[in-house]
Amino acid sequence: MSEYEIIDHEHDVVVVGAGGAGLRATLGMVSGGLKTACITKVFPTRSHTVAAQGGIGAALNNMGENDSWQFHMYDTVKGSDWLGDQDAIEYMCKEAIPSVTELENFGVPFSRTEEGEVYQRPFGGHTLDYGKKMARRACAAADRTGHAILHTLYQQCLKHKAEFFVEYIALDLLMDDNGKCVGVLALCMDDGKIHRFRGHQTVLATGGYGRVYFSCTSAHTCTGDGNAMVLRAGLPLQDMEFVQFHPTGVYGAGVLITEGSRGEGGYLTNSEGERFMERYAPTAKDLASRDVVSRSMTIEINEGRGVGPNKDHIFMHLEHIDPATLHMRLPGISETAKIFCGVDVTKEPIPVLPTVHYNMGGIPTNYNGEVVTRKGNDQNAVVSGLMAIGEAACVSVHGANRLGTNSLLDIVVFGRAAAQRALKTVEKGASHAPLSKHVTDKILARLDKMRYAKGDVSVGEIRNSMQNAMQKHAAVFRSNSSMNEGVKKVDKIANSLDGVGIKDRSLIFNTDLVEALELENLMQQAIVTIKSADQRKESRGAHSHEDYPDRDDKDWMKHTIMWLNEKNKTKLDYRDVHLNTLTNEVASIPPAARVY
Amino acid sequence: MAEFALPKHSKIVKGIDYPLQRESKNPKKVNVYRWSPDDDENPRIDSYTIDLDDCGPMVLDALIKIKQEVDSSLTFRRSCREGICGSCSMNIDGTNTLACLKSIDDIKGDINIYPLPHMDVVKDLVPDLSKAYAQLTSVKPWLQSDSRPEEGKSRKQSPEQREKIDGLWECVLCFSCTTSCPSYWWNGDKYLGPAVLLQAYRWIADSRDENTEERLNDLEDTFKLYRCHTIMNCTKTCPKGLNPAKAIGEIKKLQLERK
Repeated sequence: MSEYEIIDHEHDVVVVGAGGAGLRATLGMVSGGLKTACITKVFPTRSHTVAAQGGIGAALNNMGENDSWQFHMYDTVKGSDWLGDQDAIEYMCKEAIPSVTELENFGVPFSRTEEGEVYQRPFGGHTLDYGKKMARRACAAADRTGHAILHTLYQQCLKHKAEFFVEYIALDLLMDDNGKCVGVLALCMDDGKIHRFRGHQTVLATGGYGRVYFSCTSAHTCTGDGNAMVLRAGLPLQDMEFVQFHPTGVYGAGVLITEGSRGEGGYLTNSEGERFMERYAPTAKDLASRDVVSRSMTIEINEGRGVGPNKDHIFMHLEHIDPATLHMRLPGISETAKIFCGVDVTKEPIPVLPTVHYNMGGIPTNYNGEVVTRKGNDQNAVVSGLMAIGEAACVSVHGANRLGTNSLLDIVVFGRAAAQRALKTVEKGASHAPLSKHVTDKILARLDKMRYAKGDVSVGEIRNSMQNAMQKHAAVFRSNSSMNEGVKKVDKIANSLDGVGIKDRSLIFNTDLVEALELENLMQQAIVTIKSADQRKESRGAHSHEDYPDRDDKDWMKHTIMWLNEKNKTKLDYRDVHLNTLTNEVASIPPAARVY
Repeated sequence: MAEFALPKHSKIVKGIDYPLQRESKNPKKVNVYRWSPDDDENPRIDSYTIDLDDCGPMVLDALIKIKQEVDSSLTFRRSCREGICGSCSMNIDGTNTLACLKSIDDIKGDINIYPLPHMDVVKDLVPDLSKAYAQLTSVKPWLQSDSRPEEGKSRKQSPEQREKIDGLWECVLCFSCTTSCPSYWWNGDKYLGPAVLLQAYRWIADSRDENTEERLNDLEDTFKLYRCHTIMNCTKTCPKGLNPAKAIGEIKKLQLERK
């Protein structure tokens, strides 16, 4: 391994990822005096948080509706189809209020009400009075809320002189012989040097893995690198079967049209011009939860009421909305519709289709952001030195289905919580124990193997096969036969990775190599996703099983956790859902039928 | 007579031709700038012929198709593919823009693709933006305010005040504008360039920011601000339809007003 020059860094904390979660954590840690390294494979403002559109949920009550965090919590628990942990959900919805107010104080350019307060709009699944009517809770900066938040967090990190390592791709966690995480090994893309970052806490803020699917709203860089690193560290991932399909991805291009467009009055129609959501969700209609709307659209299409020459998509209408409102509230998606489908939203509907959007599953953590695993009877054993936040994590606040606006909220609340926790647990400037050489060598061996891969199948070819298999077999509706077939296919495709070939041998900005490493990461998550889906014999949230159409609280109100070994063999176990709340300020919300 | 020599690696040579391996009713040639620091060779233009009937509509789709199916060593940045992350800025058909927003149909003849002009090249279409990022940091692009909002409360801002920063905060930092500016080409070490000045004005225009005077003092400089000669390439090229030239004009106006 002598070819690689290794540069050592010692920090109190190492954050991997510079999206909203990573930046919020970095900001909290740096401003609290912890020596923090933030490693990111793209320049911070290019992270996929930037693409979030509609808003961030918080019961600020700026619209004079007597909103409260208790209503927000109820909606989130119901949205999660009772798979979310209620202690963590209570924490998130309560902390939402100071967390979002802080964002405004940091300088986020929120849209405003006439009174000069932060503007809030309706969003799917967010209600007042436990489902009685729709709430205006999504704090919005036009339809570019993620951009506004991400750039502001980056600016705040600059203000506090945070230390960034930009265009470094993390290779693997440094796990010592006692199973403690002591840092991360990364490849600097600019010059191909290896950097060994030591930290008393390593925080994974590496986002989701939407790119295991063929059609997704996620960026090309959403490859879930942290999730895969956790699997390779011998730790499980949780609830990976729950993949959210956003109802309104642009037909063909897959780019996102915010749910906020329905929040501002947009609606869906089928080939008969019918507003079919009124049939499926009489109260919330087009603003039912995303899993409900995506399923309804798929049923309409499957029953022959799709639009277009192939009857394979649905229309979303905004043309009845005042053009001035569209210009003020939805300028971004007006532009997107024009560019990606040539549609003038003031005149014609947008062709849309449910599109993979978000991973509810990920690295199991507690509400402090600490990674947990199951050790025998201990279901909440903390993994020393390792934290996870944002879409990479499964706290679990989203359970089986996430509500719109709760992802921006998740990243900010738990980024902040992780910083607060690290400030309590990490001793500033403490020395780092020596690390056995074999830990680094093993990671470099994996890198080397990929770098010199001489097989005859390209990264693109294998990635395509994987994405197509997942698109077909882990879709909106799933069945035993389809998932069985999917498991076999994905296993076979994963094996084909042994025959991958890389053309670029350079160490300078080698995107051929980076994409190969990302593909390996994706593949490991694809296996865990399809196998987690295959074993869950019920329908809950985003997991709609045709052979088991009902939710089964008796047998299946539990989190799936799954390990993956070096031979791609999985091991399955479960963790209980936390039905208990965090404090006595609110009562546990008992499971009920989910009607919108 | 004085003799001038071109800097090393500035002469571009003809590179490899990758013809289409099958029949196509709709072929299109994509000529791409290639250079890697690994060897001592000059940059070259590789030509890839692609089948438009089997390719997405945007230039980024073409690049990804080439990387995926023809030449995986082709190097460029990309991420969101919807014009919001700002990664894939490059010079296409003579104009700086985002490859993900540039429709292939809008280009007559061959598609010619180069990295953003006048920046150091890391490899192929990847420019070194570290200087531009450092310039961004130099204008202290964060909210500066001594008065604290009431504990646990947002600052107030009327819709009219808020409207003043529309068209400013939406910048995606792709630096298409900055690298299209001849003044920046000549004086990029000292002139801040349109993208960074737009960000500077974003905070001057924000009613919540209380440090306008100091911000204007910092910008009152022959080079930092006044190398802008209103050429307007920045506004013309912005893939997000923003108007950096106007923002710079506003800063200059404020400088005049306070004299």
